[in-house]
Amino acid sequence: MPSSPRLAPLVTAPMLITVALLASTPLWLSQVGLYQYLALEIMIWMLFALGHNLLLGHGGLPSFGHGAYFGMGAYAFGLMQLRAGAGLLLAMLAAVAAAALFGALVAAFISHRRGIYYALLTIAFGQVAWFVAGKWHAVTGGEDGLLNIKRPDLSLGFIDVALRSNEAFFYFALVVFAVVLVCMWRLVHSPFGRVLRAIKQNEMRAAFVGHNVWLYKWLAFTISAAVAGLAGSLFAMAQQSAYPNVMSLHNSGFVVMMVLIGGGLVSFWGPVIGALVFILARDLLGAYTETWLLWYGLLFIAVVLFQPDGVAGAWQAWRSRRLRHVRVDGPAAAARTREA
Amino acid sequence: MALFEARQLHKRFGDQVVLESISLTFEEGQLAGIMGPNGAGKTTCFNVLTGRFKPDRGSVHFAGADITGLPARRIARAGLSRSFQVMNLFDDETALDNVLIALPELRDQGFSMWRDLGRDTAARDASHAVLERVGLAHKGHVVAGSLSYGERRALEIGVALAARPRLLFLDEPTAGLGTEGTARIAELIMQLKGQLTIVIIEHDMRFLFGLADRISVIHWGQVIAEGTPQELRENPWVQRSNLGTLA
Repeated sequence: MPSSPRLAPLVTAPMLITVALLASTPLWLSQVGLYQYLALEIMIWMLFALGHNLLLGHGGLPSFGHGAYFGMGAYAFGLMQLRAGAGLLLAMLAAVAAAALFGALVAAFISHRRGIYYALLTIAFGQVAWFVAGKWHAVTGGEDGLLNIKRPDLSLGFIDVALRSNEAFFYFALVVFAVVLVCMWRLVHSPFGRVLRAIKQNEMRAAFVGHNVWLYKWLAFTISAAVAGLAGSLFAMAQQSAYPNVMSLHNSGFVVMMVLIGGGLVSFWGPVIGALVFILARDLLGAYTETWLLWYGLLFIAVVLFQPDGVAGAWQAWRSRRLRHVRVDGPAAAARTREA
Repeated sequence: MALFEARQLHKRFGDQVVLESISLTFEEGQLAGIMGPNGAGKTTCFNVLTGRFKPDRGSVHFAGADITGLPARRIARAGLSRSFQVMNLFDDETALDNVLIALPELRDQGFSMWRDLGRDTAARDASHAVLERVGLAHKGHVVAGSLSYGERRALEIGVALAARPRLLFLDEPTAGLGTEGTARIAELIMQLKGQLTIVIIEHDMRFLFGLADRISVIHWGQVIAEGTPQELRENPWVQRSNLGTLA
């Protein structure tokens, strides 16, 4: 319930459950017929989707070209490692910086727009990045991309941790994921996040009470691109390569579908749920049929038509129905839930 | 010097001249009204005065500074706040949060990304105080979209007030309200009167004549009469127009 004040603890129960569930996957994943790499990939997409949802869910800003920043992170990581010999953390930092920089530049061109124009511009910039990645052979390796990207050891000063195995790298990525999860949670409950949400609901009024709408939209895009870049750097290590396909309109569309099916428009957890559903669907449906994306597409249409608030929205509706049965004190209980 | 002054404002949309040389002054502490028949250019005038539209010619001065053509946020930060005729709230937020978002504190700390706004008791108390002023203290937890029409009207004023303006513009605050709702808003504005400078645009003459210190009548894109309610009642122009019969 939106009981004011809504406190946002640093760490919440759903966070602990999510991280604990992920952390336990090496114990049971292979027993249910899946494999560790799948959990790793799901987590990377969760990260990407969380960043994307800062724009789409919290800011109401539709970016359909976010694959570009994900790819930018992957390429930057690969280039730093292959050309500059950078270690793990430096290369990751470079990946985040590259994606953030490119994001900041694009955001400067689009932040005075909204709605369909905003969306179209994000696609245009995304396509430019994808095209460049595919054609600029000297730097990106063209269609083949960058190959033989390694998972460097994590050196903590007193000890070096090898990240070569899927399990070890998974735990490293889990730490990154947990940190970003906490940061994003803080961010959406901070004054910045609240003003951003207000801008989503009513951009004009936000300007008339004195907020610098353009700057908020610019910052949200830049942060979101930075998170995409971070996810991209993990992806480059996971795949041990970076290739143009990650920047494609396809990939950009996937993250939107994740956020929407999961319920990113109504819940912080939407992108996390959505990434899980999407990658699982890909693997489980994909095992039966090559046309899994057709079925997933139909599912997507059904969700948009009948359950536009996604999985998280359905959960919230169910919960508030239950609450109404329990509580009888009128409109407060019926008021829409925004939490969870 | 007047707190607010508009000089020779012109505004046209395409080949239609909507404002033709409008000059208005509002003194500090007064409650001023702008009235006129539908289509007289009231709302356009209002939008030009509050920075939503830029005038084609003329200038707008507030507290000694030229604010013509400044972006809305700069005008708001200068201490000029406005409400909207068509309701313009943050519909998914609670009444309390609607006010909270408009507080000057929040716009100064808006780029803080780590602090939990839910723990900011000072900001919450300030928001509560604003809700109390507009008679919504008991509705703080209700989502704005679920409030009744009259409550939303009051919240509209609350959000404008939250910015702690020196000058408050109210765009048809009683639009769509019945007699009872109108009376409640009139009472609310009566309480605000004297605390800050207020400019109200209205077509409900009875409402405006009962509240305003001075009224400007706009017709055909021009100010056709100005004065206290008493003076306007005696003004032959106003008497001859259909406005006079209501006053």
